[in-house]
Amino acid sequence: MLSRTAENLYWLARYVERAEYLARTIDATLRVTALPAAYIGKTNEWDSALLTAGVAASFYQQYEEANEHNVVDYLSFSADNPSSIRNCIEAARLNSRSVRTALTSEMWDTINSAWIELQEVWSRGTSTREDLAKFLRFVQETSLRFDGSAYRTMLRNDAYWFSRMGLHLERADNTARILDVKYHVLLPEEEHVGGPLDFYQWTSILRSVSALTAYHWVYRETLKPWLIADLLILNDSLPRSLASCYGNLVRNLDQIGVAYGRQGPAQRHARGIRNRLEHSNMNDIFQHGVHEFIQEFIADNARLGEIITKQYLI
Amino acid sequence: MALAFDEMNIPGGDLRPAYQELARWLKETPPEALEYRRQEAELLFRRIGITFAVYGDSESTERLIPFDVIPRIMSGKEWALLEKGLKQRVRALNMFLRDIYHGRDILRAEIVPDDLIFQNPVFRPEMNGQQVPHDVYVHIAGIDIVRVDAEDFIVLEDNARTPSGVSYMLENREIMMRLFPDLFARHRVAPVERYPDELLSALRSVAPQSASGEPTVALLTPGVYNSAYYEHSFLADKLGIELVEGRDLIVKNNEVFMRTTEGVKRVDVIYRRVDDDYLDPLTFRPDSALGVPGLMSAYAAGNITLANAVGTGIADDKAIYSYMPDIVKFYLGEEPILKNVPTWRCREPKDLAYVLDHLNELVVKEVHGSGGYGMLIGPAATKATIEAFREKLKREPEGFIAQPTLALSTCPTCTASGLAPRHVDLRPFVLTGSKSTTIVPGGLTRVALKEGSLVVNSSQGGGTKDTWILDE
Repeated sequence: MLSRTAENLYWLARYVERAEYLARTIDATLRVTALPAAYIGKTNEWDSALLTAGVAASFYQQYEEANEHNVVDYLSFSADNPSSIRNCIEAARLNSRSVRTALTSEMWDTINSAWIELQEVWSRGTSTREDLAKFLRFVQETSLRFDGSAYRTMLRNDAYWFSRMGLHLERADNTARILDVKYHVLLPEEEHVGGPLDFYQWTSILRSVSALTAYHWVYRETLKPWLIADLLILNDSLPRSLASCYGNLVRNLDQIGVAYGRQGPAQRHARGIRNRLEHSNMNDIFQHGVHEFIQEFIADNARLGEIITKQYLI
Repeated sequence: MALAFDEMNIPGGDLRPAYQELARWLKETPPEALEYRRQEAELLFRRIGITFAVYGDSESTERLIPFDVIPRIMSGKEWALLEKGLKQRVRALNMFLRDIYHGRDILRAEIVPDDLIFQNPVFRPEMNGQQVPHDVYVHIAGIDIVRVDAEDFIVLEDNARTPSGVSYMLENREIMMRLFPDLFARHRVAPVERYPDELLSALRSVAPQSASGEPTVALLTPGVYNSAYYEHSFLADKLGIELVEGRDLIVKNNEVFMRTTEGVKRVDVIYRRVDDDYLDPLTFRPDSALGVPGLMSAYAAGNITLANAVGTGIADDKAIYSYMPDIVKFYLGEEPILKNVPTWRCREPKDLAYVLDHLNELVVKEVHGSGGYGMLIGPAATKATIEAFREKLKREPEGFIAQPTLALSTCPTCTASGLAPRHVDLRPFVLTGSKSTTIVPGGLTRVALKEGSLVVNSSQGGGTKDTWILDE
């Protein structure tokens, strides 16, 4: 397939995944900030939301203070924020338009309808909490629909694999960013005493990766920070864990390698990261330093993006 | 202006035969049902994303072309005549181009004046002596046809460069069949769905000799911001060929390749929807970011076929248009089946004088204009507009032609106040391959939705209709 087509499919999936992640982040932050101040401590949750979205620096060039109004607007609708939900959906549609021939009509319909709906929400505005909640739900549903249509209607060929790769790479980045911002509440018990404060932080983390129920099913335990870290980093059965994302990335890259009869640096690099995740346990990671581990992962993940681009997309 | 020819009603109250069943159906169908389906059609168009862009309109970059659900109907007999005329016209266009870029018999015979060719910016000296496979220059032609009476078909304009609109012909039919299955069941409408297949085989048939047995065809688009982008992606999809942009192609050793995830792959035929000027920055506009550097040298080496060929603009130029009846006679020795609109060439002093005296009754067009831009419709223009045009004409008479205001035929159309006649034209698409010329029965009917308006261009408030050729 055309390199440009592959590139568009890959980014299309990334934009949709990012839009969903932003919607989840806003949703989770709204819940935490609705609690009485005594439950959440002094941290500014809206500032954390900006950090996990990776747009804090550009935000503060424009605003003095991170509060609900500013941050929701910046993450959802701002034209100046290249990865606002609005810009993600706009970019997704533009990418879809330029690769329409590689999309199934169901996928196109999802993105195009979402874009049309977005224009309406945008002109109406989300003045009430209810409007905002509806909008955030709509964004998540768009991503589910897109994902579902891709899964159910696309031919299993390179177009599908490039699209999946975009999704998993973006997803791994998003999960890692939450961990990066919140690692301090996830330190082991002996180093950190969990109070009611942290309980709500933990819930919020799990909710932003839609893993709150999953946690209880997997561990059958009350919320424990190191188990949360274990779930998000190493547990292969949670679709948003780093391990699961890399299991999928390696598989997709292998499928492409087989189809093209050739492996390359992307396959090797992805396998390297996957092996590291497979052979780690939380003890080692805490020994090594959670923060360092996550930062290395974010850099490695970004590096894979660059290698894939060089090997296939240009 | 004479009363327009009504394609449905015969003066005195009778119906033309092709419309009888439609009239019965309209009588049985309540107006609300029609309105409901009209809205449904619009929704479908928007969801499928069948949009076009209007240049110079910053408000909305994507718009729908209004779709009128009442079909325009022609009898099989009428079509047979039109089809014959179109094939004749396109054959002449191809022979004319072959001649202009080789022997130039027609100039020596003084049928067409030299300066109209050599001083014309769309004449491409690069094409002199260049062989194109099977001498086909215009693989895809869109000939704009109007009617003023029951007998004749008149050519308003030949489009021999990158004519667009065929996706509307196909999608309009698709949507009509979804919305009005009952109406279809009561007619025998000739199908149009073979168009993509015929286009693909025409394109493959003109592959260069150096191509493999299974030539690779690609569609070259200027990109998503082009007004006809939807059509480009639609056609690439239906043909099952790659939709490429200039940056996807590279030229190596005078061969053209596309960049793929598995390395580069040779391309043999390019159905290009990019104008000559932007094809190759090394030959034409150096500032073009849409083109492929070196494409013209691969073309000269005979390793790639461009459809349509480079330099076809010289055949559909409005200044050449007025010579078309003579061109048909010169190459084919036949009387032209399709008529021309009588045309005054403002470059000729006698004609200019007449035009200046009759500006308020004529349509004046720029020789190089298209899309309904830059034209004067005398009867509808204000005094000031006419005077401004008069100055333009005097300054640069060779830039203009003038024609009488034609009373374009009308078809029943949905309007705010119920069904009413509106003016229409028709663009059939003529495909020419190595062996044959084919035309899918029908074409794109454009309709001027404003009462009394004669401008059918989508950029100027025109809409479209499905065109039915009855298979009797």
